[in-house]
Amino acid sequence: MPIDFLPVFLMVAVVIALSAFILTLSRLIRPHNPYPEKNRPYECGVDHVGEASAGMFKVQYFVIAILFVVFDVETMFLFPWAVVLKDMGLFGYVEMFVFIVLLLVGFAYAWIKGALEWVS
Amino acid sequence: MDLTQITSSVLASGPEIIIILGACVALMLSLVPRPGQGALLAGLSLVMIALAAAMSLTLAQNPQTAYGGMFVNDGFSTFFKMLLYLGTALTILISDRYLGTEDAAKGEYYVLLLFALSGAMIMVSGKDLLIIYVGLELQALSIYVLVGFLTTNTRSNEAALKYVILGAFSSGLLLFGLSLLYGLTGTTQLEAMGEALDSVETSSPLLALATVFLIVGLLFKVGAVPFHMWVPDIYEGAPSPVTGFMSTVGKVAAVAVILRLLIQDLAMLDPIWRGSVEAVAVLTLAAGSFAALVQTNIKRMLAYSSIAHGGFLLLGLLAGGSEGLASVMLYLLIFTVTNLGLFAVIVLLNRGAGQGENIQDFSGLAKSQPGVALMALVFLLSLAGIPPTGGFFAKFYVLVALVDAGFVLLAVFAVLLSAIAAWFYLRVIMLMYMEQNDQPAVFQVSPAIGWALIVTFTGTVLTGVLPAWFLGVSKAAATAGLG
Repeated sequence: MPIDFLPVFLMVAVVIALSAFILTLSRLIRPHNPYPEKNRPYECGVDHVGEASAGMFKVQYFVIAILFVVFDVETMFLFPWAVVLKDMGLFGYVEMFVFIVLLLVGFAYAWIKGALEWVS
Repeated sequence: MDLTQITSSVLASGPEIIIILGACVALMLSLVPRPGQGALLAGLSLVMIALAAAMSLTLAQNPQTAYGGMFVNDGFSTFFKMLLYLGTALTILISDRYLGTEDAAKGEYYVLLLFALSGAMIMVSGKDLLIIYVGLELQALSIYVLVGFLTTNTRSNEAALKYVILGAFSSGLLLFGLSLLYGLTGTTQLEAMGEALDSVETSSPLLALATVFLIVGLLFKVGAVPFHMWVPDIYEGAPSPVTGFMSTVGKVAAVAVILRLLIQDLAMLDPIWRGSVEAVAVLTLAAGSFAALVQTNIKRMLAYSSIAHGGFLLLGLLAGGSEGLASVMLYLLIFTVTNLGLFAVIVLLNRGAGQGENIQDFSGLAKSQPGVALMALVFLLSLAGIPPTGGFFAKFYVLVALVDAGFVLLAVFAVLLSAIAAWFYLRVIMLMYMEQNDQPAVFQVSPAIGWALIVTFTGTVLTGVLPAWFLGVSKAAATAGLG
């Protein structure tokens, strides 16, 4: 029934109204003072060269992204494991250690190779 | 699974575990650079391969399935694993010198070779489509990196990128076929799938679609025409030992999967693929043989030659039964030793990857290096299929199986086309023995390559002298696989 969704529609309306209100209010009372530093995508960190949309990324970001995937997968595996650990007993416990040791080999390799050093 | 099942499963996959552990240890060792590291890592890899081979032979005493039927150790998988060990060990022996001259000696090379080997081993032992696919990807990902191992060489980089794109594409096709098969049968396990497929009509369009994608994905991996376009570029650009590795170990594993799927467990798909594979086999033989005639780069020529040999393997598949299976297995054994032997010679002749491997480099070899030239002669004769070398009997048994199965016309085609193929091998022999060379190749045979040459030479000659014994071994393995 459409009436069941009434709270949702109300919620949407409130959200739109509130954000419009906040944006208008800040527009009215904030100082307007743009300068080049402020208009850059990042105000701090690495200076950018060209547009990101041209595919110009510093290669170190890729290394970080790959390392992130490693740990992301590990976490995804750890959560369901933790839930059923009691049922799996000793085998499950050991099995996870095997998995983590294999991951650690890769991590140690990346670390010693200097993947975590930031060269600017 | 209770604890005893788990222990027996771990034991059954012992060879794979040994290889992966070896790769991890080699990876850690490669982080601490020291003089003579290449030799150390190569030695470690060889020891690990020897251990795994010993374990595989022990496990073959009592065939068993493990991991709930997803993984199998039978005569069939053991035979193929032995081929994989042999191919990888020979590759390692010829690699050290090449990496030295190309200034690319990094420990990761051996690690990647071991990971590729373990992937190939999982492929041949997989009894479940997902396991086979995981093995295939592990092998392919390692080989992608190996192909691009000469980081400063643009040909190597180009080859790696092409291989990644085409490999991902073909894996996608294969995976689509597998997912359709899963949808039709509700299982990924090969035996259960075979039973479930018995009740599906072979005329069902969905089953035909699934088979087409499965076959195309697999043919892509062995480089059969019309899915062969990647082979010459990638074989040419890759470092020579890696080309040897791909053309033997990579091909052996892919053919093992094809045999396991198409002849053994999913044999009921036969009427769907037979007609198209017949056409593909003849086209592969023809295109490989004719295109090789005009090549001036030895690796490119061997790439087309390897396509043509792939055609012969498909003929063995078409012959089917334990005869056809055994003939393909024997063919792979002989092709592995012969091809890697020739690649050892190519590594010796290497004048730098930037120069390219011109066929002219072979000219005058008989004068400057008579021993190496003689071995190259035997390898080339074997690839051409001329007695008394192993290559003759490899082709002979495929043809016998083909005629026995009633495909006389195909056999006639194969003989005619291999006569054409013989010409470009003979051209290299002509260059070695008849031509003069102002700048003869100057090289010292290092002990490692010397061993590789001795093993491959002995293998090529022995399979030519005692073909019946080797056929007996592969027949026993083939029957074990069909049983």
